[in-house]
Amino acid sequence: MLSRVADSIYWMSRYVERAENVARFIDVNLNLMLDSPATDQQWQPLVNITGDHADFAKRYGPVASSQNVQQFLTFDRENPNSIISCLRAARENARSVREIIASEMWLQLNTFYLMVNSAAGSGKGIESRNNFFTEVKLASHLFAGLTDATMTHGEAWHFCRLGRMLERADKTSRILDVKYFILLRSVAEVGTIYDDVQWAAVLRSASAFEMYRKRHGRISPMAIVQFLLLDEEFPRAVRFCLNSARDSLHAISATPVGPHRKPAEKLLGQICSDLAHASVEEIVKGGLHEYLDALQTNVNRASTGIYERFFATRVPESAQPVKEKRQ
Amino acid sequence: MNLSGYEIGNFFDEMFEDDGRPRAAVRPLVRKIESLSPGELASRQLAADRALVQAGITFNVYGESAGLEKTLPFDLVPRMVTAPEWERIEKGLKQRIRALNLFIDDLYHDRKIIKDRAVPPEIISSSKGFREQCVGLNPPRGIWCHITGTDLVRHGDGQIYVLEDNLRCPSGVSYVLENRRLMKSLFPEVFDASKIRPVSNYPIHLRDMLEYLVPEGSATPRVVLLTPGVYNSAYFEHSFLAQQMGVELVQGSDLAVFDGFVWMRTTNGFERVDVIYRRVDDDFLDPEAFRADSMLGVPGLMAVYKSGNVALANAPGTGVADDKVVYAYVPRIIKYYLGEEIILPNVPTYICAEAEGLAYVMEHLPELVIKAANESGGYGMLIGPHATAAECAEFAKRIKADPRNYIAQPTLALSRVPTLINGLLEGRHVDLRPYVLYGRDIFVLPGGLTRVALKKGSLVVNSSQGGGTKDTWVLANDPATAEQTQTQGGLTTGGGQT
Repeated sequence: MLSRVADSIYWMSRYVERAENVARFIDVNLNLMLDSPATDQQWQPLVNITGDHADFAKRYGPVASSQNVQQFLTFDRENPNSIISCLRAARENARSVREIIASEMWLQLNTFYLMVNSAAGSGKGIESRNNFFTEVKLASHLFAGLTDATMTHGEAWHFCRLGRMLERADKTSRILDVKYFILLRSVAEVGTIYDDVQWAAVLRSASAFEMYRKRHGRISPMAIVQFLLLDEEFPRAVRFCLNSARDSLHAISATPVGPHRKPAEKLLGQICSDLAHASVEEIVKGGLHEYLDALQTNVNRASTGIYERFFATRVPESAQPVKEKRQ
Repeated sequence: MNLSGYEIGNFFDEMFEDDGRPRAAVRPLVRKIESLSPGELASRQLAADRALVQAGITFNVYGESAGLEKTLPFDLVPRMVTAPEWERIEKGLKQRIRALNLFIDDLYHDRKIIKDRAVPPEIISSSKGFREQCVGLNPPRGIWCHITGTDLVRHGDGQIYVLEDNLRCPSGVSYVLENRRLMKSLFPEVFDASKIRPVSNYPIHLRDMLEYLVPEGSATPRVVLLTPGVYNSAYFEHSFLAQQMGVELVQGSDLAVFDGFVWMRTTNGFERVDVIYRRVDDDFLDPEAFRADSMLGVPGLMAVYKSGNVALANAPGTGVADDKVVYAYVPRIIKYYLGEEIILPNVPTYICAEAEGLAYVMEHLPELVIKAANESGGYGMLIGPHATAAECAEFAKRIKADPRNYIAQPTLALSRVPTLINGLLEGRHVDLRPYVLYGRDIFVLPGGLTRVALKKGSLVVNSSQGGGTKDTWVLANDPATAEQTQTQGGLTTGGGQT
């Protein structure tokens, strides 16, 4: 497969997943705000999750409000990680590989983009947008479902899954990081009803509330960290995502899971094996934030390894330039 | 639908005789149209439009903001060509492309035709399509123009004329294939009754032709299609043809040149490329050989091409014959190389570079169509009878300043085909672009792109100027070579209600 094509497929898939996660963050925060005192609105953490706080502060000022954060994360075309920018990027990537992906996928992504684009232009208030974020999530699920159901599960499909799973692992870890940090800051509130509400919100932002209940029952921070970080079966858990990414990576390079000859595979394999043996008590004792920080750094290094290995095929150093013969 | 209100007007109508009777070839179609209830044709048209949007069969309009694609308007009333007429067209096109190929080869080698004074030497020195880099070049298998789209028109006298040659990167063939696919789903019964020759094997012929060009010694020949990228107006076609041929669609950045060959970057390292069907213009092909500021091309490509380790289709430099002034000399070119009279005539053409021609043009401007030699897409054109006095004066100035750049032709009364306009059939002017492939032998696709000027009275059929397309039905002499639809041949399916 052409390197450029693989790159486009990978980013198409990553951008759709990113758009979905941004919608999740906002949707949950909106719900959370309904249960919180109006004076205690927390919108800054959402900007922190995306990692674009510097850009936000520069263009919107120091105060993060419900309104400006939603604008920044949803319809701001200058923010490369806003929902609309993600979809535009996903669509442009898809357009350049239309002969590779299933036509159903292109149709769905095009419809998805047009829906967000028309919402951006409608100028309606925030109140009417609650439904909008649900629509974004569903459209993303539809796209992922079409990818799985209409595309041959060959190399291109594995690049789709690789992109989607790396992105999802990154975003789930960010949710955990930011929320944990915010919540543990007010130690006095731990164990109160308000705290439970907050934690339930964290779970909901990963669509994990019900599945968590089935597995762990009572809401406890330790069990939540266990569930979102280390669960092997929940599809938004970091470990699940990275295991899937690892499997796709091995399918692409046609090496069995186990021997790690290439840097990207080796790195991802190590991360997965660390997660398999990690205990949540030790992680929290050593500092969850530090653990997640190191995890994200390693995942980023794996992404860079994927770029180097598959997308940035470079001319070998021994190559001889072609000169025209004099006639 | 009642066709009695249809006005043939003072034109050659492709569907009806002057007295209003349908021509023999179109009778099954006319019967079908007449059997449809009022509004049925319009609702089938709507279904066709919707199918085009959903399939994303679109082109980009230059100047529109990114992400805005338009569908090329498609009209569901086809244009028909009878078997004997097509036979003549096919012969004429083969003759023409053979001669033009010899002409190009001669221009880049000995220039015998100029030494023998059959064409003037200015034909090279003033041509924008001439490429100094191609002098002395011997393209694989000696072929320069592998893919040609020749524009034909029918005048009021009933005669088919060649309007222009497109020898660089002719586009539009994807619409021929998609239009046919649509028509077969909309009018299967008419296909069975009419014996229409198929076009769907074009991608197979195209790939065969390209593989014929593979340099000697390549064990696993690889053909690719080189596109300028997603923002090119014909990107859909590039993607479509690559998919239909089963070859990679590449951009310049996907290719690299080293160790004497052209390579493409894959997730598995570099793989060798043998044949490039390039849809990038000469100027942008290789910044080391042509325009240095090109971001679309592949540095070093021409050097590999000259060494014979990669084939390009079409060869660079073919534009020299794709020039409206050269066009005027084509009858003499055919005579010179083949010793034959031209089969498909040119439209009479006045060459402004010649004193006699210039004088005539200046006197008759309001009757003539003036064309700039190196413009395409309907740009740089004056249609005398439709122009204001001021526009004529402006063109007169331009011609005087640079006569070599202009030719003039009488205004043709292009033939018309009934076209669905606001639910009713009205006559609209058409042209026809058949596609010719030159490989082991010369293949003329039995069909082509019929372009239609949708504006009432307009003679400009280009998609960038409000034109649309129609399916072109070439009738088979031998029913065995006709399109088959599933209703033909009494195919039975097992099981069911029997």
